[in-house]
Amino acid sequence: MPEQLLFAMEVTLNGLMAGVLYALVALGFVLIFKASGIFNFAQGMLVVFAAMTLVGVQTGQIPFAHLINTIFGTKIHHFGWTVPTILAIIVAGAAMVLVAWIIEKYILQHLIGQPDIILFMATIGMWYFMHGFAPLMWGSEVMKLDVGLAQGINETIDTTTYNWFGYGFFIDNLDIVAAIVAALLVAALVLFSQYTKQGRALRAVADDHSAALSVGISLRFIWVLVWSIAGFVALVAGIMWGSKSGVQISLAEVALKALPVLMLGGFTSIPGAIIGGLIIGVGEQLFEFAIGPLVGGATQAWFAYVLALVFLIFRPQGLFGEKIIERV
Amino acid sequence: MFYREAGDFKTSYRDDNQTFPIRLDRAGYWIVLFVAFCVIPFFVNDYWVNSIFAPFFIYAIAALGLNILTGYAGQVSLGTGGFMAVGAYACYKLMVAFPDINIVFHVLIAGGITAAVGVAFGLPSLRIKGFYLAVATLAAQFFLVWLFNKVAWFYNYSASGQINAPERTVFGIIVTGPNTEAWAKYMICLVFLVGVAWVARNLTRGMTGRKWMGIRDMDIAAEIIGVNPLMAKMSAFAVSSFFVGIAGALFFAVYLGAAEAGESFGITKSFLVLFMVIIGGLGSIFGSFAGAAFMVLMPVLLKNVLVGTMGWPTEIAAELEFIIVGGLIVIFLILEPHGLAQLWRLTKEKLRLWPFPH
Repeated sequence: MPEQLLFAMEVTLNGLMAGVLYALVALGFVLIFKASGIFNFAQGMLVVFAAMTLVGVQTGQIPFAHLINTIFGTKIHHFGWTVPTILAIIVAGAAMVLVAWIIEKYILQHLIGQPDIILFMATIGMWYFMHGFAPLMWGSEVMKLDVGLAQGINETIDTTTYNWFGYGFFIDNLDIVAAIVAALLVAALVLFSQYTKQGRALRAVADDHSAALSVGISLRFIWVLVWSIAGFVALVAGIMWGSKSGVQISLAEVALKALPVLMLGGFTSIPGAIIGGLIIGVGEQLFEFAIGPLVGGATQAWFAYVLALVFLIFRPQGLFGEKIIERV
Repeated sequence: MFYREAGDFKTSYRDDNQTFPIRLDRAGYWIVLFVAFCVIPFFVNDYWVNSIFAPFFIYAIAALGLNILTGYAGQVSLGTGGFMAVGAYACYKLMVAFPDINIVFHVLIAGGITAAVGVAFGLPSLRIKGFYLAVATLAAQFFLVWLFNKVAWFYNYSASGQINAPERTVFGIIVTGPNTEAWAKYMICLVFLVGVAWVARNLTRGMTGRKWMGIRDMDIAAEIIGVNPLMAKMSAFAVSSFFVGIAGALFFAVYLGAAEAGESFGITKSFLVLFMVIIGGLGSIFGSFAGAAFMVLMPVLLKNVLVGTMGWPTEIAAELEFIIVGGLIVIFLILEPHGLAQLWRLTKEKLRLWPFPH
């Protein structure tokens, strides 16, 4: 086989894996959008906050240490213990539920009935708030996240492909783990929404707010639930992303790429989020591989957005989105 | 007692429709203009211009631009930073290529170029609406910044990838470059701001502005009563980008003096200007000023109090700034979705009736 084709295949595979990460973030968006019609711009920040909390708890960091030190002149930074990974994940998950509850009680509750765009801007405000709050709580250095996931090159794939094509593909173990976890997560979400009482209530709310309300489903509970689930999805995405590149605030900007993923897949479709993620992941890697060197590289910065923009001109509701019907 | 329409007889249609129907407001307007043009320039120093006046004026221009697009025409844009970059780089190229032409024209032409780019990125708004459009404008933001970083022609192949404003004069007075006097900086920004605000006010209260507002309130209904959505949306994008381009050009040439696309015109700039518009008040000229003033003054104040007086590290002050701004956005959206402008309006209503409660 020609070498270029092999490279392209490797790039495609790696793109698929990167796409999984985008899809994980996009999943959180879709869940919230379906259940409450809120376009949650802050999902990327939730990912960062979840990951930071996990690392902070795991390494026994004292929250707001920097602030406390500044005010009281103390020199505290760590509790001096480390928490087992499982326990840390549970604590971080609980923190995300708390965040969901606070958001529902203090923000969304007061914005019911406002135009969608106001809610959208409120989530941008939340993004900004957490942009300051997360580093204030856990410090602004790059944090190393290690929950014991396999990392580094996958030897099996490397040797197998070497035997087949005479060229070993480089696939990171972590990416494979991420793909598996994402698949499990989606399966769990589908099972949850199909076979549990809360899941059914969730789907009812997604379908029609007032009808759900009239049969006795508590909107407030469902919203807290769905934001908690989105927080949990954010935690999973944060673990995957954080293990790969370390946890820092700029991760949230990368997570913004979940937005074009959503536009491509449609705001209301879970399969859309996954497929959109894969398309964007592969598309931007291949584009960078083929066209990037001609135009100076680093095209990943904008390719996803432009692709989504061009795509939307032809199909404004995305690949799997519900048809937009407008009435006067 | 004094803040009344009573006794101030309007005898023509023109009088009846003036921007400031109350005599005291009109007087206040002229006094503010007088103070801004004839008093402050004699007292400003570098600190005041660089940390307060210049950023306030320039951001007010950008906020006016975004307010036309978002507040009046209802098209949410997250690409303001990218469009400011277009203005800045266009101005730079023009300044270098045509050194003999007055910089005022460079800034205006840079605005025109930005308007063209804005229209190009605004075209999808005919098909894409609401937050789909907001995300689509992110394409402009990321693409434009990448373009100015990667294509060396835009920064004239300089080794650092930065653009530096050469020294240019208006009527023999240096207005760009390191040797600029504080008052010259102040004046050129002020002149542009007053011009832009005047144009914005008169556009938004005329037919163009009503078309924009019709599109904002419900585009299909507006189309049915005869507003051409293509013209209305494109004109909103053009005018808005023109103002934002001017702001970008001034930001680079007069205020910063040197700029690098990713750092000076990143996505945080887009958010910042959007926040000015939200906090100030969507669909209000006064709101753009109030929002810009608030967002410029707040960090300065925080820094002076926390870092200067209490000796806290700048890092914490910066984080607190994010928290306060984000929290304020949410609080404003909950309590007063129409922003500072609405508070101002309410105050004026109260003043009119004072000392009676109703």
